Amino acid sequence: MSVLTAEQVELKLDRILLKVQKPGRYVGGELNSIRKDWEKAQTKVAFVFPDIYDIGVSNVGLKILYDQVNQREDALAERAYAPWLDMEELMREHGIPLYTLESKRPLACFDLIGFTLPYETLYTNTLNILDLAGIPIRSMERDESHPIIIAGGHSATNPEPMHAFIDAFAIGEGEEVIHDIINAIQAFKAKRKDEGNPLFHLSSFDARRELLRELTKISGVYVPRFYETMYMEDGTVAYTEPVLPDVPKTVNKRIVAKLPPPPTKFIVPNIEVIHNRVSVEIMRGCTRGCRFCQAGMITRPVRERTVQEVVDAADAAVRASGFEELALMSLSSSDYTYINDLVDAISKRFEGRKLTVNLPSLRIESVSVDLMEKLKQHRSGGFTLAPEAASERMRRIINKFIPDDDIINTTREIYRRGWTTIKLYFMIGHPSETLEDVQAIVDLCRRVIEEGRKVAGWKVKLHAGVSTFVPKPQTPFQWVACDTRGSVLEKQALLKRQLLKDKNIKLSWTKPEDTLVEAWLSRGDRRMADVIYSAWKNGAKFDAWEEGRKYETWIAAFEEHGLDPAFYTHRQRRTDEVFPWEHITAAVRKNFLFQDFRMSLEGQIRVDCRLNCFACGILPTFANLRRENPGEGWKCPDVKTPARKINMELPVVGD
Amino acid sequence: MRVRITFSKQGALRYTGHLDLHRLWERAMRRASLPISYSQGFHPQPKISLAAALPLGFASRSEVLDVRLNEEIPVENISSRLKDNLPADIRILNIESVEEHAPALQTQVLSAVYDIHLTEPVDGAELTRMVEALMMSESAVRERRGKSYDLRPLIEMLSVVTEASGNVWLRMTLAAREGATGRPEEVLNALGIAPEYTRIERTRLVFKN
Repeated sequence: MSVLTAEQVELKLDRILLKVQKPGRYVGGELNSIRKDWEKAQTKVAFVFPDIYDIGVSNVGLKILYDQVNQREDALAERAYAPWLDMEELMREHGIPLYTLESKRPLACFDLIGFTLPYETLYTNTLNILDLAGIPIRSMERDESHPIIIAGGHSATNPEPMHAFIDAFAIGEGEEVIHDIINAIQAFKAKRKDEGNPLFHLSSFDARRELLRELTKISGVYVPRFYETMYMEDGTVAYTEPVLPDVPKTVNKRIVAKLPPPPTKFIVPNIEVIHNRVSVEIMRGCTRGCRFCQAGMITRPVRERTVQEVVDAADAAVRASGFEELALMSLSSSDYTYINDLVDAISKRFEGRKLTVNLPSLRIESVSVDLMEKLKQHRSGGFTLAPEAASERMRRIINKFIPDDDIINTTREIYRRGWTTIKLYFMIGHPSETLEDVQAIVDLCRRVIEEGRKVAGWKVKLHAGVSTFVPKPQTPFQWVACDTRGSVLEKQALLKRQLLKDKNIKLSWTKPEDTLVEAWLSRGDRRMADVIYSAWKNGAKFDAWEEGRKYETWIAAFEEHGLDPAFYTHRQRRTDEVFPWEHITAAVRKNFLFQDFRMSLEGQIRVDCRLNCFACGILPTFANLRRENPGEGWKCPDVKTPARKINMELPVVGD
Repeated sequence: MRVRITFSKQGALRYTGHLDLHRLWERAMRRASLPISYSQGFHPQPKISLAAALPLGFASRSEVLDVRLNEEIPVENISSRLKDNLPADIRILNIESVEEHAPALQTQVLSAVYDIHLTEPVDGAELTRMVEALMMSESAVRERRGKSYDLRPLIEMLSVVTEASGNVWLRMTLAAREGATGRPEEVLNALGIAPEYTRIERTRLVFKN
């Protein structure tokens, strides 16, 4: 099949765009999007967020990579998103392959396609996008004429379920590794053109294999085809090992020692999208150690930007976009060392400029109310807090310890100072949770709203967002069983029965079927690849969407491949179990995670590790990086013992 | 001060609707640091008004908006500040300052001129015959959203243009008054042309003197 030209794609688009919802999703032309000369770029990269434009366009991770690549003289980067169901149908009917928004060129014309996989429910969309692009779905079926398919993002910390479809995963942070990958591709292609080089004579399939082998030399890059997994009789993994001698046994995540300057030229969509805002990452990583939180475990160490850098970047980005909203992003804003200075500097810089400033992930304490008060011109929006669990017992188990009184005092203060709505985020399905712990959510919500009424009257409202916990790889809870559908339904029924009696309390929850799809994929092994393929073949896509829900299709796909869904979700892992992701590490040692898991069983909390290093494994792994960059930004405490000695204390993961 | 901007809207921006276009201009003015006036109240709205909504998918060479600014700024200055702050598919054609108390822009539009390019070949003679028949008729009753109405009085002018190259296209002037707006797709349907096989461009808005 010949690939369509950009002009052919545009002509065909004009005939169908008025038949779809929000055609502005599919045409590009946004301010700050970058269109470079195709012919002058040696390497063409397409970055794909495999969900709809409305969600993907504001993703900061891809924005960083888009800028990184477009800053190179010798490369260009363009963007693509998943077309919504109506558009996909028309594209297939009219023979339009998936194309990038900048040049309207089909994805198949690019050298490299980079998917971001922030959540597992995008896996089927990723397959669908490859199919819509006319690219073979399975890595082994592609030859040199096809783009190299890479993926990264939080879900890549367990890449195994997608191992058959992605050529190479970038584990960890992408700012530097993207350049290493592009350089390797360029070097390989140069050699391939040289008649004197042995690569010149390779077949198309062998050349692709050789190029992928080159990529294994880059730190943080995992090429699944060069590894093999063996299983035990009970279906658990015996081991995953390289099949070639020069391929690393364990792939360690990449990090940057110092956060590079934040992006300031945000793409300004010409239609309404979910987040119309400038996002500035104030720090990366989190030292709190909440045991359920994958982000908190895999994005260590904490690295902060300076107040000056954040304020200047925010100002430049607001000027370059005209957005009305600024989000100061981090996993735990209250832990940013200079949070007071930052809030003062931001409110001063943007005074009178009609800008809404968001500071998410604040700790539950009255200081947070003071911070928000400085930032908000009016209190129309809600005030969001995330206790995650409602009983002190459970908050000890998950290591997010806050006394009940702090929650009540803080929420009362929020209502008293004029916010009428508070959003409280909880999870059900934590390990060892009973109905009493769920009842505690009801009791806490009632207490919060009753206290609110005492200080602000009957206008106060409460929104309880109760999601269901999914155990994630590379966390202390990677050993625990996920709650069953029946149990989740029972807990949700209790919440609905009791909370919805009060018409000023709003409750939202996650459908148990959606949770299960996420849970199967999160801790899946290589055999899940066939299940994903079959589910997609039979119509599963947009798994996180109401319109895409295909629970029965997934169950059928498990049956087709003789696998039991409960094996992946409802099974407590053995303490000596080898995980499917054992050969991938986010530099937080398995022993550390296990010790933390044991502490949770005893309700022991571990304090903020800025104060006291618990030897999670970050410092020895990145000792060299830290030596190069001992600056203020990196927040691990100084460890007294010399680096050499620490190394000796650490058992090798997997041994 | 009150400023009137005439601009074109082409390419990708054809798929940006009326409300989103409002937002787009607001942001462009914020980027250009132009002091837009806002309405009073809990949700202040920028004082920007567009003359006539352009249907999704249409290009235009004659969109007009009025914006109120809190300061007097020379129009050349406004123009140069805006120029670098607009998406590539919007171009400013004219900027002028207008009388503060002039009537609202939307109430002044009388009609709109559209050029329709056909992306599939048509029989020019047959098309000319159909156009003549439509223009000769007293009425052309059509149905839209379940209501029947007469399209004919909304068509002020309709002609087939045949270029020397043999290329054939249509030009029409349709009423664009409040409560009496002719839609080019309706005329195309009456002529048996599927709108998806055309490219429609609004080339002029006709205002009361």
